[in-house]
Amino acid sequence: MPRLSATQRHSIRFTLNGTPVQGEAEPRMLLTDFLRHVLGATGTHVGCEHGVCGACTVQVDGALARACLTLAVQVQGCEIRTVEGLAPAPGRLSILQEAFRRHHALQCGFCTAGILMSLDAFLRAQPDADEAALRDLLSGHLCRCTGYAPIIAAALDAAARLRETAHA
Amino acid sequence: MKPAKFDYVQAEALDEALATLRAEGEGARIIAGGQSLLPMLNMRLARPAVLVDIMHIAALAEATATTETLRIGAAVRQAALLARPSLHPLLAAALPWVGHAQTRSRGTLCGSVAHADPSAEIPLVLLALQGEILLRSARRARRVAATDFFTGMMQTARHEDEMIEAITIPQPRTGEGYAFREVGRRHGDFAIVACAAAAHATGVRLAIGGVADHPAARELPADSAQWDDALDAFAHALDARDDLHATATYRRQLVRKLGRQVMQEAAACRA
Repeated sequence: MPRLSATQRHSIRFTLNGTPVQGEAEPRMLLTDFLRHVLGATGTHVGCEHGVCGACTVQVDGALARACLTLAVQVQGCEIRTVEGLAPAPGRLSILQEAFRRHHALQCGFCTAGILMSLDAFLRAQPDADEAALRDLLSGHLCRCTGYAPIIAAALDAAARLRETAHA
Repeated sequence: MKPAKFDYVQAEALDEALATLRAEGEGARIIAGGQSLLPMLNMRLARPAVLVDIMHIAALAEATATTETLRIGAAVRQAALLARPSLHPLLAAALPWVGHAQTRSRGTLCGSVAHADPSAEIPLVLLALQGEILLRSARRARRVAATDFFTGMMQTARHEDEMIEAITIPQPRTGEGYAFREVGRRHGDFAIVACAAAAHATGVRLAIGGVADHPAARELPADSAQWDDALDAFAHALDARDDLHATATYRRQLVRKLGRQVMQEAAACRA
């Protein structure tokens, strides 16, 4: 039973978007700060820091997680996916990201990384998701620019295109 | 907002977690999914000396159903239970209202019970169904009825050296019907009022959350002609307060109207 001391930094290893990463953190360090400050992966944004706004949403072993409600020590050995892992190649956007651009589903972009991670996981699990299900999912995110309508439009469009791709 | 410093113990077995609780007393806090505790840590409303992570204890991650009861271990996440093909209809109705998909994926049922927020859905369901909380310390194990467990605002009958090992709820019984409704500002927000009802042949058990400082339940008569008076008396007994989200008057009105709706729905779906 390892006991990690509060005052020391401990080695944390996990896989970030398919690449093994390592850094040091006190037990109290949030995953948001570990990603941004230790690893320099600043795509994950920090909004409210108490689990309400959804800006920091990432995927831990395929499941959605608020990175601000997750300690870095809790994800030892896990597979983490962040917004940096969505694009298939440098200079190319994923189907979901393309839909966001086409529908103007972002303005300032602060909430976007978290919303993309939620939709990415959700559309994989429920490719036939309807608008009601998408609105329910998006209730876990705050966006102060768009009024959500273009986000819903982009998500429905992406869902349809992803279904076509799956059948092709 | 960052947590204050704490030691972190990743328990591999239940005994290890219990030994740490015994040694550290009130300085130790169990962390499971962390979806209630982390906000408290971030805002420094909680400053434990040591966190005991129980998510690697395999025995706690099981939910087991018999014909009589469903036993939900301390490490069972809300999303995992919701994904089960068959689930108690009241849990199935209430779980989608617990936080958001993004927190249900990590949050546990037992963690919500331990946190005991007065507007939380899982304690409410436990109370409506007369479930039990299985507490264990290094010294002993005991079962506490949900009716006796929730004692005040985020206060429970759990002792400092105890942890919730599991909760149990009775399986649906023939001749009973269940319903759940909640009103909040937005879906996933804390409930202003939440109601859960279990209707049986001789009456309806109604549990109300979000009004008093802990969830409360009453047996109301089966005769719907008596409901309005009974609901009015229940609403006034709950000691509603004005706060930022709603006035006491509005909360009492929600108890009357929403309470009647869930009682009707529960009575209508009695199998």
